[in-house]
Amino acid sequence: MNARDAGALAPLRAKRKASPGSVRRAFQPWNDPAAEPLVVFRNVTKRFDTVTAVDDLSLALYPREFFALLGASGCGKTTLMRMLAGFEQPDAGEILLDGVDITAVPPHRRPINMMFQSYALFPHLSVGDNIAYGLRREGLPRQEITRRVAEMLALVKLDGLEKRRADQLSGGQRQRVALARSLAKRPKLLLLDEPMAALDRKLRESTQFELMDLQSELGLTFMVVTHDQDEAMTMADRMAVMNHGRLVQIGPPDEIYEAPTSRYVAEFVGDINILEGRVASVTGEIVRVETAIAGAVELDEEAASLAAGETIFVGLRPEKITLSHDEPVQAVNKVAGEIWDIGYLGDFTMVQVMVGGDDGQLLKVALANRTRRIERPFAWEDRVWLSWDVEAGLVLPP
Amino acid sequence: MRTGNAPTRRLGRLVVAVPYLWLLLFFLAPFAIVLRMAFSDAATDLPPYAPHFQGFSQLGEFIAALDLENFRLLGDDPLYWQSYLYSLRIAALTTLIALAIGYPLAYAMASAPRRWQSLLLVLVILPFWTSFLIRVYAWIGILRPEGLLDMVLAGTGVTSEPLRLLNTEAAVLIGMVYSYLPFMVLPLFATLQKLDRSLLEAAADLGAPAWTAFATVTLPLSIPGILAGSALVFIPAVGEFVIPDLLGGPDTVMIGKVLWSEFFSNRDWPLASAVAVVLLFVLVAPLALLQRARLTRGGAA
Repeated sequence: MNARDAGALAPLRAKRKASPGSVRRAFQPWNDPAAEPLVVFRNVTKRFDTVTAVDDLSLALYPREFFALLGASGCGKTTLMRMLAGFEQPDAGEILLDGVDITAVPPHRRPINMMFQSYALFPHLSVGDNIAYGLRREGLPRQEITRRVAEMLALVKLDGLEKRRADQLSGGQRQRVALARSLAKRPKLLLLDEPMAALDRKLRESTQFELMDLQSELGLTFMVVTHDQDEAMTMADRMAVMNHGRLVQIGPPDEIYEAPTSRYVAEFVGDINILEGRVASVTGEIVRVETAIAGAVELDEEAASLAAGETIFVGLRPEKITLSHDEPVQAVNKVAGEIWDIGYLGDFTMVQVMVGGDDGQLLKVALANRTRRIERPFAWEDRVWLSWDVEAGLVLPP
Repeated sequence: MRTGNAPTRRLGRLVVAVPYLWLLLFFLAPFAIVLRMAFSDAATDLPPYAPHFQGFSQLGEFIAALDLENFRLLGDDPLYWQSYLYSLRIAALTTLIALAIGYPLAYAMASAPRRWQSLLLVLVILPFWTSFLIRVYAWIGILRPEGLLDMVLAGTGVTSEPLRLLNTEAAVLIGMVYSYLPFMVLPLFATLQKLDRSLLEAAADLGAPAWTAFATVTLPLSIPGILAGSALVFIPAVGEFVIPDLLGGPDTVMIGKVLWSEFFSNRDWPLASAVAVVLLFVLVAPLALLQRARLTRGGAA
């Protein structure tokens, strides 16, 4: 088949060898003009009756990439994935795999496998037969199938459960069988449809890291479709936010979070406070914005395109705001307010502060709970000050 | 149940007892009467068999008068066992043909858009709203020489000679398949309808063309429906009396017909009872084996 087949697949390591950040930072084929994409969507459109599920969409995925497609339900992300698997036909445009047009290729002839959200395990077959299903269709010799099934079971740590039926497994085990079954044919591209949706939170976290290990170890390309932003941000090298059948923004998770290019992305990924304002002046890299709620605020933005008098939105992530009882004299950006709500979440506390009087605007502030006891805890109805750096705010187009 | 007080517990037991009481009254008791008749001898009497039960004082004599002679006769006279075999043959053929027609029918119904499905279901059940007897009589009109079928065939120029289907085995099979088809379609439809579509997508995704996906996923998962439908067709088909009587001829002697003539023509109630008892065991034995096989399969997996 290909080079990936050389050498048996090692079972998952118990401990991660290197932090993913350091490895992943260097991996940016989408910035390399010489890189050959594995999958290309070229102006793909798909309509259902009157609804346009995917609208003139173009996208390139690169080999060994872990790509996450994030969007609210009904945004077209599942349709996009199903077109890649071959279950839906685009109305316009073409899909290329390794430079070959696969738009008309039926699902069973595509070197792409999918892990279904419902897992879609065959209830009449054992775990082993489920994993062997795709290999049997390839007509591999019996010994080879047995060997590969054992290899897959070891990979997903289900050794010894080969004879069980799917309905005798726990949710986590079923997910592993589904994963093993979709990996058994060693597809060029693995599609994962909401892979963690049916798992509880603890299991989800550990499985996310296992999936990342597996992907880098096998050198496969993964595309995961999810509505869960934590999942997408944890696992993906690159993610895309989809809305109304279009990709609104595409980039590494930190870029999506810290530099959203639209209000939709800023609000969809993470929590954000939006202040409406008017550009007062642009001096070098400092933009001065006159806001109705918080007065004049300064932002450090490369905002050459902004002109004085323009109406814009200022985005402020809750964790980038500092909360204090006394007025922070040094701070450039500050505003007074009253605490209306305190939500204790364990690792951090989300405080809602009413700014600009009782008819003003509620701003969210996230306080990291770094110590177990706080000397002057914040309480409801406290008069407090909010302050933030010039780097904290971001400019969003109206 | 454990936490309930005594009156509710008693009520609970009563509710459970009702179906058992029903079975006892309307199944076990009649069967006991038929069994007792099968061990008796025919007599010109009222009712036409002997001995009669004369009270517990003469119980010994009563039991001594019972014998297995009727069952021996069933084994000796080829008419009876040949009728059994012929009935099984016709029932098996009916089941197979009904399956061959019913499976694609049920499959098409299950794949139809959801809003059409209830209408299709009504169409399958619709014939039940007309008397069964009238529908079988209608087939006489269709199949008789120069009947409806012959007229259509001659009119379209397919044949010029009458087919002479009536009073043949083919006519019996046509009538049987027509009458029992809904019993095959309904359980198959129920099974195929709840089949998870994503399983077929998974099969296609893993490299199975449509036909392979059907053979490896749809077919094995519809086996419960196939078994239920086959049982619902096969069991009443073995004992069928009306259809072979109306559409069949002298050579289509099914056991239901034999049973009828023993009871009403020959007035040999004990022999007819023996025929019925054997028929019951012929039908129950394979079902029991099937059920057992299913239980062991479920337990071992």
